[in-house]
Amino acid sequence: MPRLIAGRLAQMAATLLVVSALVWLVMGLMPGDPADLAMMADPALTAADIERLRAAHGLDRPLHERYLAWLSAVLRGEFGFSRLYAVPAARVLWPALGSTLVLLGASLALAAGLGTVLGVLAAARPRWAPAVDALAVVAQSVPGFWLGILLVILFAVTLGWLPAGGSADTPGLVEALRFLVLPVATLAIVNLAAYARHGMAATRAVLREPYIQTARMKGLSERAVVWRHAFPNAAVPVLTVAALDAGALVSGALIAETIFARPGMGKLIYDAVMGNDYNLALLALLLASAVTMLATLAADLGQRLIDPRLRD
Amino acid sequence: MRLWLGLALLLPLAAGAVAAPWIQAALGHDPFTPDLFGRHGPPSADHPLGTDELGRDILLRVLFGARVSLLVGLSVAVAATGLGAAVGLFAAWRGGWPDAALMRVADGMLALPALPLLVVLAAVDTGRLGLPRGEAASDIARLVVILTLFGWVGVARLARAAALTELARDYVAAARVSGAGEARVLLRHVAPNVAGPVLVAAALSVAGAILAESALSFLGLGIQPPAPSWGNMLANAQELVFSAPLAAVWPGLAILVAVAGCTLLADGLRQRVP
Repeated sequence: MPRLIAGRLAQMAATLLVVSALVWLVMGLMPGDPADLAMMADPALTAADIERLRAAHGLDRPLHERYLAWLSAVLRGEFGFSRLYAVPAARVLWPALGSTLVLLGASLALAAGLGTVLGVLAAARPRWAPAVDALAVVAQSVPGFWLGILLVILFAVTLGWLPAGGSADTPGLVEALRFLVLPVATLAIVNLAAYARHGMAATRAVLREPYIQTARMKGLSERAVVWRHAFPNAAVPVLTVAALDAGALVSGALIAETIFARPGMGKLIYDAVMGNDYNLALLALLLASAVTMLATLAADLGQRLIDPRLRD
Repeated sequence: MRLWLGLALLLPLAAGAVAAPWIQAALGHDPFTPDLFGRHGPPSADHPLGTDELGRDILLRVLFGARVSLLVGLSVAVAATGLGAAVGLFAAWRGGWPDAALMRVADGMLALPALPLLVVLAAVDTGRLGLPRGEAASDIARLVVILTLFGWVGVARLARAAALTELARDYVAAARVSGAGEARVLLRHVAPNVAGPVLVAAALSVAGAILAESALSFLGLGIQPPAPSWGNMLANAQELVFSAPLAAVWPGLAILVAVAGCTLLADGLRQRVP
């Protein structure tokens, strides 16, 4: 196990390094470097001022030199500044990470819980299977941003029950939860299908096992057979799907945060890219990637922990 | 069953996309010219789905958007499937360190969150690469390239797994013994036998590409207005949820139908191929 963890962590570090280098290269092709932006903001700047600005920002040095300087600073824990928010980048990154983890955690719990229960129900009661199947196809195919808009139209515009977006400006748990409902619902629904499908397949397989027959022969009620004996074994795929879908979940968070104007990593990446704040965009992208890979690793380890057959 | 259901969803959409210019001629108006006196029109004989915030016909814009979305989806599927199948076959056949290196790259890419990366890649200014910018055709080409960069991975893994199984079979040994060259073994004997799973992966990658294209266009990084695409129509509709909520229904429904159609098609194919 420790070998496995060390290997995976090394692979994570290598992936992050490659991504940072490639994105740094690509950023050279993006519109608006700091000197261009300063020139746009202040028409009085002369060519000599721009030369001095470029030298001050190190923009006159070649791309790879700037990358190595940036990398060594980041490895020393100096994340530099955010152009868009005019504060040290770390001051924007950590609160955004916290907000996104809340959104991801709540959506994951809802998607995995609801999806698995639906899958088990469909396997145990064949009458329900077509409905769950249809729901899974729709949930898998619906674009998250459209679902979000529809939920806003229904619950914020028509019924007026929930806020259409933003974040709570008055403190208090209830207020914060009200702002969380629609983003979590959107993200959970688009991620629920895989859990339902895997839950259904796993329960069908488990229900054919001899120990289920034994439980039935003991005279247990069908309810006890399904929920006490079959369900725990059919729940293992939850972690498989969680490991496979961590990237999709983080991608969905970008959409949900953008539609609902909810501060978080996804919206930060989007705003930073749109606002030419490339240092912040790169850092946020690397942080989001690290979170995704750590979640995948945690799910893989969890799977080995509860399923002895996976250990070698 | 699923196969037919998928085709039943996709064919009308594809037919509508192909027939869009004739439908435009039949209705007798142009979905690209604003008509500011006819904004937010209700459904009528002239405008079967009503008009949008600039008085343009929603039905025609959805159909012209279908041309873009289906074109991007199919192009990405063809490019990603071709690239992925080639990489998968090569990795399975070559083995050793090239196989290990390619699969580590694939693992790394699958572990990353795709949409944040696509957002960063889509922000590249194609003008700096000497390409035309701001035209619908160049937007489509740019999207196909960046979506293919991510799309080949899933296909490659599937193709590799299938090819590994096939390469271990007796008919491959028999072909080699009877003097067939390696290229002939791979292309004439192994490739046809991995075509099934690769076809399923291709159908799924159409669905993924349509979703990703519409998400990027929705975020303003894909197809740029005034060219209609389902994603950028929804971006306009989102700003109007309070004044014209119904404008958000049709483009989203089109995405749902297209993606569900491809997913069902892939499921149906999977049940049929061995």
